[in-house]
Amino acid sequence: MSTVSTPIPPTTSRFRRSTKLQRRQTRLAWLLLLPSLLVVLLVAIYPLGKTIYQSFTNEDFLALEPSRWIGLENYRNLLTGPDSAVFRSAVWETIKFTLITVGFEFVLGLIIALVVNSSFKGRGVMRAVMLVPWAIPTVVAAQMWKWMLDEKFGVINDAGTRLHVLSHPQAWISQPSTALAAVCAVDIWKTTPFVALLLLAGLQVIPQDLYEAAEVDGASQLQQFWKITLPLLAPAILVTLIFRTLDALRVFDVFYVFFGNAANTQTMAIYNQSIIVGDGKVGYGAAVSVAIFLIIALFVVIYVSFMRVTADD
Amino acid sequence: MSTATETAQPVARPATGSRAFRKSRLGRILLRSPFYFLVILIFVYALFPFFWAIRSSFTPEGDLFTTPLQWIPSHPTFDNYRTALNASFFRDALINSTIVAGTVTLVSLSIGSLAAYALGRFKFRGRGFVMYLMLSMTIFPQIAILGALFTIISGQNIIWFIHLPNIYNTRWALIFSYLIFTLPFTVWVLTSFMRALPRDLEEAAYVDGATPIQVFYKVLLPLIAPGLVTTGLLAFIAAWNEYLFALSFIQDPSKYTVPLAITNFVSPTGSSFAVPWGAIMAATVIVTLPLIFAVLVLQKRILAGLTAGAVKG
Repeated sequence: MSTVSTPIPPTTSRFRRSTKLQRRQTRLAWLLLLPSLLVVLLVAIYPLGKTIYQSFTNEDFLALEPSRWIGLENYRNLLTGPDSAVFRSAVWETIKFTLITVGFEFVLGLIIALVVNSSFKGRGVMRAVMLVPWAIPTVVAAQMWKWMLDEKFGVINDAGTRLHVLSHPQAWISQPSTALAAVCAVDIWKTTPFVALLLLAGLQVIPQDLYEAAEVDGASQLQQFWKITLPLLAPAILVTLIFRTLDALRVFDVFYVFFGNAANTQTMAIYNQSIIVGDGKVGYGAAVSVAIFLIIALFVVIYVSFMRVTADD
Repeated sequence: MSTATETAQPVARPATGSRAFRKSRLGRILLRSPFYFLVILIFVYALFPFFWAIRSSFTPEGDLFTTPLQWIPSHPTFDNYRTALNASFFRDALINSTIVAGTVTLVSLSIGSLAAYALGRFKFRGRGFVMYLMLSMTIFPQIAILGALFTIISGQNIIWFIHLPNIYNTRWALIFSYLIFTLPFTVWVLTSFMRALPRDLEEAAYVDGATPIQVFYKVLLPLIAPGLVTTGLLAFIAAWNEYLFALSFIQDPSKYTVPLAITNFVSPTGSSFAVPWGAIMAATVIVTLPLIFAVLVLQKRILAGLTAGAVKG
């Protein structure tokens, strides 16, 4: 390594020197990367490979005999077995949750971003305030809302009945008709500010003179929004939507705090966790993991191809 | 935004009565009042759950469970805080979470910054592949490897000839598994900070006879110190908030992390129907305050780090 400190040789040997230097640089770069790559290999890539392997076995924590290869049986069980209805309802529950929360978070987040992007007193405070729900643990947010949504002593029923919005107190969390809405409310509250901040970052790189020119040409505020803001914000919107969708599809914390692992309100992640940790069925659980992985990958593919289409336009 | 362009720039439009109204003081206030109403609404929406948590934490247990609700406690008390802090598993959880999140952050920063140095300042074959690998790791669904991690952590796994130790139900299990989401993120964000530094600083150091390693910790590391603080805080928050792995790998109440402890408060009578919401809200306030403080102090940095990690990615 100390060789770098030798004086620079005359230009005639420049070519040879640069390839040698190049090689030395490459070796050093891989050396610097080694610890991180080893960790990624051990905590992510190896377990992923192992999961795929386990999904073809009947590995079980509680079983006494060693596990053996059973081919596609776990996958067959997943699609047609007695448990398949539970899995399907978990997938459906997760997708409903994803569509509702990502939709609301995008619309509300965009409105908030537009408000914060204009200059007014207290703008700095507002930006700081927006970071707070994002920073606290999801479990803590879920507990705060669970208490606010309490049937007898919750503030939402109290305020709702006082303002005559509600005719009588609701059991928001335990009654099936409002359970999903209640979980979504927590996630929307916690994540909308974060979405707004990402969109705000996108808004701030739109050059201001575009609006001035549009103003001179007599474009209305609404026209400016549709013709300038939205098209130029599209890349930021897509990236935000991808991140939010992937996050929402693996939702675990809010549902678990609200409902535990009750069968009718499971998400994919809760179903998978209860199979593996609760029942110890590692082999079948691995097949569920692979299925979840594929479902999430499907969403990524949809988004990426959508991005290509819009990029071609 | 709309209102900002309206009031800030003189607009070339024919003068009408409405324009005179707009320019008058009263007119301006009236026109902006819906906007400020929206601002206040956003503030209330973001902060009300915190107000309610604080209110409940200072309300005596007896008053919490009587209707009509007192929005401001008439007999404020510290009893709930005493109850929360007297629970030994909650005190342990504060220590455990600090140790786990702190260790994960330090490990991620120290090996992640080396990797970021290689990825940000060197040109070599395979660089693009490693960047791609790290990015795909940041959106990796952790649930997908839960089963494999579970077998690895409980010491039932032999890689080649290395028998991994059983670390189930220890802090090591969490430190190990949390690296999967903190390390790739750290590498990704720090790389963007590294790449933003000007080339000539390094070259000057090389001319003075510094080795690449000296350049790293004497020149580059001090320059990206703000980036290290931001990334470290984000990694710390992510580890502090994690729930799925903690729930799956920890059993012993003395090993609980904060999210586990927050969901495990039971009433002194042991009844699952009488949830001690006062103590839970006190615990919520206790774990939230340091996060809010850190976020408010470092808000500009956090915004920069988040956008580097998400929008530019």
